[in-house]
Amino acid sequence: MNLRMTVYMLGILMAFEGAFMLVPTATAAVYHEPQLLLFAVIALALIAAGFVITRFKPENKTLFARDGFVIVALSWLAMSFFGCLPFYISGVIPKFVDAMFETVSGFTTTGASILHDLAPVPKCMLMWRSFTHWVGGMGVLVFIMAFLPLSGGQNMYLMKAESPGPSVSKLVPRVRTTAMLLYVIYFVLTLLEIILLLIGGMPMFDAINISFATAGTGGFSCNPAGMPYSPFCINVITVFMILFGVNFTCYFLFLHRKFKDGFNSELKVYLGIIAFAIITVTLNVRSLPMFRGTGEALMHSAFTVGSLITTTGFATADFNVWPTYSRTLLVLLMFVGACAGSTGGGIKVSRLIIFFKNMHNELRIMTHPRQIKKLKMDGHPVEADVIRAVNVYFACYIMVYVVSLLLLTLDGLDLTTNFTAVVATLNNIGPGLNLVGPTANYDVYSALPKCVLIFDMLAGRLELFPIILLLSPATWKK
Amino acid sequence: MNVIIVGCGKVGKVLAEQLNEAGNNITVVDINASRVNDVADRYDVMGVIGNGATHATLQEAGINKADLLIAVTGSDERNLLCCLIAKKAGGCQTIARVRSPQYHAEAPYLKEELGLAMVINPELAAAEEIARVLRFPSALKIETFVKGRIELLKFKLPEDSPLCGMCVRDIAPKLHCDVLVCTIERGDEAFIAYGDFRFEPKDVISIIAEPKNAFTFFRKIDFKAKSVNDVIIAGGGDITHYLCSALEKSGIAVTVIEKDQNRADALSETLPGVNVIHADAINQEVLMQENIDKAEAFVSLTNIDEENILLSLFAKSVSEGKIVTKINRIDFDEVIEHLDLDTIIYPKNLTSDLIVRYVRAMKKTIGTDLETLYQIIKGKVEAAEFTVKEDSALTAAPLMQLKLRDGVLVAAIVRDRKVLIPRGSDMLQKGDSVVVVTNHLGLHDMNDLLA
Repeated sequence: MNLRMTVYMLGILMAFEGAFMLVPTATAAVYHEPQLLLFAVIALALIAAGFVITRFKPENKTLFARDGFVIVALSWLAMSFFGCLPFYISGVIPKFVDAMFETVSGFTTTGASILHDLAPVPKCMLMWRSFTHWVGGMGVLVFIMAFLPLSGGQNMYLMKAESPGPSVSKLVPRVRTTAMLLYVIYFVLTLLEIILLLIGGMPMFDAINISFATAGTGGFSCNPAGMPYSPFCINVITVFMILFGVNFTCYFLFLHRKFKDGFNSELKVYLGIIAFAIITVTLNVRSLPMFRGTGEALMHSAFTVGSLITTTGFATADFNVWPTYSRTLLVLLMFVGACAGSTGGGIKVSRLIIFFKNMHNELRIMTHPRQIKKLKMDGHPVEADVIRAVNVYFACYIMVYVVSLLLLTLDGLDLTTNFTAVVATLNNIGPGLNLVGPTANYDVYSALPKCVLIFDMLAGRLELFPIILLLSPATWKK
Repeated sequence: MNVIIVGCGKVGKVLAEQLNEAGNNITVVDINASRVNDVADRYDVMGVIGNGATHATLQEAGINKADLLIAVTGSDERNLLCCLIAKKAGGCQTIARVRSPQYHAEAPYLKEELGLAMVINPELAAAEEIARVLRFPSALKIETFVKGRIELLKFKLPEDSPLCGMCVRDIAPKLHCDVLVCTIERGDEAFIAYGDFRFEPKDVISIIAEPKNAFTFFRKIDFKAKSVNDVIIAGGGDITHYLCSALEKSGIAVTVIEKDQNRADALSETLPGVNVIHADAINQEVLMQENIDKAEAFVSLTNIDEENILLSLFAKSVSEGKIVTKINRIDFDEVIEHLDLDTIIYPKNLTSDLIVRYVRAMKKTIGTDLETLYQIIKGKVEAAEFTVKEDSALTAAPLMQLKLRDGVLVAAIVRDRKVLIPRGSDMLQKGDSVVVVTNHLGLHDMNDLLA
């Protein structure tokens, strides 16, 4: 373990987080809110601390795979801790565990909240919540990489540990340029959404917040009334949720006019699943009294499907009261998640494709034991270690899931609530069903289950391995 | 610059590392996925898995936007095919490694017809370097600058050398010869030489001089400056083939010990003047029979590094002669340096050095006036050759009045084909070729020399 380099990276992270906090600071200034001083002080303290720590440059800058995992896991823990300070100190969220829950939920782009009512929450706090989504969506270390010329190629380990998907690849030879390109695409798409929402008549504050939350596929809402927006705005949000769930490599390829490469099998399956879900859910819910006709049912079905498969977790309609088919399908979509290399969470479409193709191959081999079958995706063979990693991912996923579910039973809530609470946090979605449904919130749980859910959100966002490795003794042995 | 490297072997890896550090965008291609991933994880480069001699793979590696393709796979044919396709598909410059003597004989034709920018033969490069050292056995390493007009020689001070205890500035008045000391390596440290630097035994010193002055200098400090007269070579591979041809021309008596019958036959056929012994060189009796203890030079060129090291250690224990060792693996170079084995040749590094030098010179067309660049001490000190294209602050005052950066030494000036070892009162002029020794790596422009 390169501890000094780990501390150095945490120092850089603190400085950057301090800089991020200037956004809510500015919001507080615009709306003349009393929390201005608090945000400014925390931001400057973080920046100063970061500068002091980075004064001590480690001589040995070599990072290995293990350091990559540990640095990423610790960074996210540290980032959540510092990020929750404004909520806690200002008393907007009086309990520390709750403040931590809210911040982790923000950075991991989950969007699960413990707040009952948004009306008394200052605007700067709401802005900080949404902005944590934006930062957490593409990954804060990727952001740092885009700005700082960190030495060597070992940063690839950081990028691999932070970015979602079974195999992370670069767009261009340099990690730094790759990180920059990703953020440029991310930024432009976000800006586009803000503009379209403004055109749709949404107030500025809401448009920015909603766009941040959509971009990171987060799902915190900023309006006490929920989503009281025009159908145009709702549809814009639907489209952008789905867009942010697409692998950003595809956009890069589209920009380079490589449409065939960009329109890969993952994207096709992803869009296919969405189309199927929207159609069947619309048919299933169109006669409900909450909708006036099929058109409105379609709009809300599309929004809900897009929101849940991309793991955003916005809700325009209370899908908790929909028929069993829709409820079940929506929960299944939560597992599927978005594409690898997007800002979304969940298991990821490409991982499922590899999983099912591998299953198919193995079944064939059982009947023809001597057959050699190579797993291919988009014409490229999938490496054995990628397949292995996918299998291990599933094993870990189930283990974390089962243990979390058992721990949640401590509070004695019903099975559907607990089951969907774990689904919604481990896949970074937000709302589940019943007591944690779209109109309810996570304050129904006591402190210990909340900690379990915090763990699930972090584990889910970092795709299990960094967090599990952080807790494994083998990582810390010499 | 966008560079594609096909083949992720030892040379490919070194190239990826060095060219990446020099600020190029590197894409590596190899058919072996684990090799590609290894390089892509370790250095900041992109990896593409596939056969680099196919158009589809090269497309994926971005051949359209590439400025240079370097083919260093294990096969000559694949390297050439790769360059040919790259040339047609992307119109970039291409460098191929071609090691077989048959193809290499046709290198000029291949270069011309296939439009190759450079054909690299590591075995030939190694043989040439060994031949240079054998002609001047007191040096550990010899490089040439400005079309051979200047030599850069590296040698190690023995305990009883008259130089020990002298200062750098004493050399000119006491020895009356025009050489310039550039760098001194002591243990793991490297210094740029200044006037009051005092020599100690076991220092490794690099000097720059005209060949004839170097000769006088070595005679004056009681070094052998004459070429060796006979040499024993263990192992009869391609390097041996090229080396024997070069040594024969200089009239040096060569004995080759090769254990493979067919190879020994072939060598004896192509090089009738060479004394070929069919025996395993890992045998003290054989070596003593061939009078290794009296040979003026011993070169170990078998295919196994460990054997070469053992052979050289043995030769060192029984003879006073020059010893040259070839090492293929570059991962443990520091350990091997500590064995004190006289001259060590790394064909892999020679290949990558030549290519890196070419790439740096290619960049020159993109706005720098750097001609060539040599690493004197790996990763620490470089010698760069510049051409003074126009009058500037550098040509305005004598050298001693110029405010040069620390760690910059103007080592030689070539003006009208004459070599000047510069003194403080000399001035640079338009049209001069200047050799600069510096520990600021990666200089591109002469104006970088000023503080």
